Amino acid sequence: MIQLKAESLTCNRGGREVFRNLSFGLATGEAMVVTGRNGAGKSSLLRMIAGLVRIAAGRLSLEGGEPDIPIGEQAHYVGHQDALKATLTVGENLQFWSGFLGDGRAVEGALQAVDLAPLTDLPAAFLSAGQRRRLSIARLLALPRPIWLLDEPTSSLDAPSQQRLAELMHVHLLDGGMIIAAAHGAIGLERPRELKLGLA
Amino acid sequence: MPVIDLANPSRFLTIVNRLLPWLTAVTIILFAIGLYRAMNAPDDYQQGATVKIMFLHVPAAWLGMFGWGLMSVAALGTLVWRHPLADVAGKAVVPIGAAFTFICLITGSLWGRPTWGTYWVWDARLTSMLVLLLLYLGVIALYWTAEEPGRGARAAAILSLVGAVNLPIIKFSVDWWNTLHQPASVFRIGGPTIDPALLTPLLIMALAFTLLFVTLHLASMRNEILRRRVRSMRLLQAQELAEAT
Amino acid sequence: MRSFNALLLRDVQLAIRIGGGALMGALFFLIVVTMIPFAIGPDLALLRRIGPAVLWLGALLASLLALDRLFATDQDDGSLDLLMMAAMPLELTVATKAIAHWITTGLPLVVIAPLLGLMLNVELHAAGWLALTLAAGTPALTFIGLVGAALTVALRRRGLLLAVLVLPLTVPVLIFGVAAANAAIMGPAPFGPPFTILCALSLASLVLGPIAAAAALRHGLE
Repeated sequence: MIQLKAESLTCNRGGREVFRNLSFGLATGEAMVVTGRNGAGKSSLLRMIAGLVRIAAGRLSLEGGEPDIPIGEQAHYVGHQDALKATLTVGENLQFWSGFLGDGRAVEGALQAVDLAPLTDLPAAFLSAGQRRRLSIARLLALPRPIWLLDEPTSSLDAPSQQRLAELMHVHLLDGGMIIAAAHGAIGLERPRELKLGLA
Repeated sequence: MPVIDLANPSRFLTIVNRLLPWLTAVTIILFAIGLYRAMNAPDDYQQGATVKIMFLHVPAAWLGMFGWGLMSVAALGTLVWRHPLADVAGKAVVPIGAAFTFICLITGSLWGRPTWGTYWVWDARLTSMLVLLLLYLGVIALYWTAEEPGRGARAAAILSLVGAVNLPIIKFSVDWWNTLHQPASVFRIGGPTIDPALLTPLLIMALAFTLLFVTLHLASMRNEILRRRVRSMRLLQAQELAEAT
Repeated sequence: MRSFNALLLRDVQLAIRIGGGALMGALFFLIVVTMIPFAIGPDLALLRRIGPAVLWLGALLASLLALDRLFATDQDDGSLDLLMMAAMPLELTVATKAIAHWITTGLPLVVIAPLLGLMLNVELHAAGWLALTLAAGTPALTFIGLVGAALTVALRRRGLLLAVLVLPLTVPVLIFGVAAANAAIMGPAPFGPPFTILCALSLASLVLGPIAAAAALRHGLE
């Protein structure tokens, strides 16, 4: 049982204080949706947990897990950008991330799970926005990490793909993972915890 | 047959497919004749057999410059007349023209070593050809970095025209520069005025090389058309799969 | 080790494919070296004397201009974020990227340097020694430039700032590189001492560069 604990987190970006004294706790098997208007700091919070934004004040800790490994190395981050190289094929893109971040296996299974298997040899330049987003999601499946940080994961996805994402998230939670997602509306999670930013 | 008939890529492909074997055959025959005449041509009284590099060097120089001229015409076709195959023709010429310019420089350099004692000298003519090669490489770099073939083609067309206008200016300024600073050592650049015994093989080789140029150009255009088709098909495939899944 | 191979292979692949810019540095090198005689005059004796310096300057400028793409593309498409969340230490990650960068940018410079030397009336065997100094020195240029690239990665209008930051740091490499090349081509100074120092500079930058670059990347986080 691993718990992600945030105590009095404060975030400064561009000289402006985005949020202050934010505290929450999340255990494995739980999902949390971060809501708030634009600029409230949803993306910043996710990036802070990923280790990409400095913690101005407060503490972020993972209890019950590996103490020596930074949280960022135990998390997957799917942001607004897709981290895809246009000149590499779909398969090559995923194979790289799988090999670089993990053990290089499970690429085919991941592509099949997001229905991109027929496009494996297509250069990523030819993908639509929805297909690119699905490829990012495939990265989550290609190598297992407990924490999923998803920034508006359903954007660009059509209804069937959103359904598929909901199924994958459900399986991840059952497997003992945790999900923190920034979203404006529902993204298919069953009764997630909600963290509203920007009310102070 | 009017040029407009060739505007249809599929029509063009059928014509080229029928034409290429004949062109290749005639090219080979011309090369056979030319090389035979070249081998049997008399040696130069000063340079010996080295002078025969000329049979490779001079046609390469002509065709290098011819290539840029062709690129400019194709550029006008792309930008002004909007002929559908103009940008394909322009793109196909570039590597061929660049290759001939490169061959001209290399053969010239190898010819210069025994005759002048050095591989390179900043003579006006050599320098102009070098600048031409740099211009070619610039166009290739432009095509290479353009992500969309259409945008790259228009940019390259503009560069071809600018280059065409600028080439006489470059040649003039290089001549001026070369006469302004006399080189420290004086080399004899000229060779003997050309004798008919050497002129005829030269012209045959030039014709053979020109036909080679045309053959390669048409084949290259065919490849480019097919390459664009593959690209469209891939885009289509991605779209279809997007709708299906 | 697998991560190292994966990243190295990917970066080399990306540089070689369309739009990657692998040979652009070599092309720039060629053009710069061609420009020098236009400014100085076609005096072959003079060109031969300054040949090693011209080639080193050309290689330096070509390396510099290619540095921009070391981190820029990864930053722009979000890959840099993921690279920083990997198990592989960031120092090793940036070192791997620098090695891939040197293979696709620095190595072509070394290869065409003898050919350019011919244009400057430097004989082939002498040009060979010159290429050797470049082979020893261009890694230093890449790994020092790595730091500048990391410092400016988040800036929108990096432009010439990268060059301004990196050039002063590369002065020792330039000095010893040209000294070694001149020693080999003309003498009478011995080739050994400047060449050994050049190698030492490269080895030192191989270690210190990635450390500084990783720190710069982390510092660049908001």
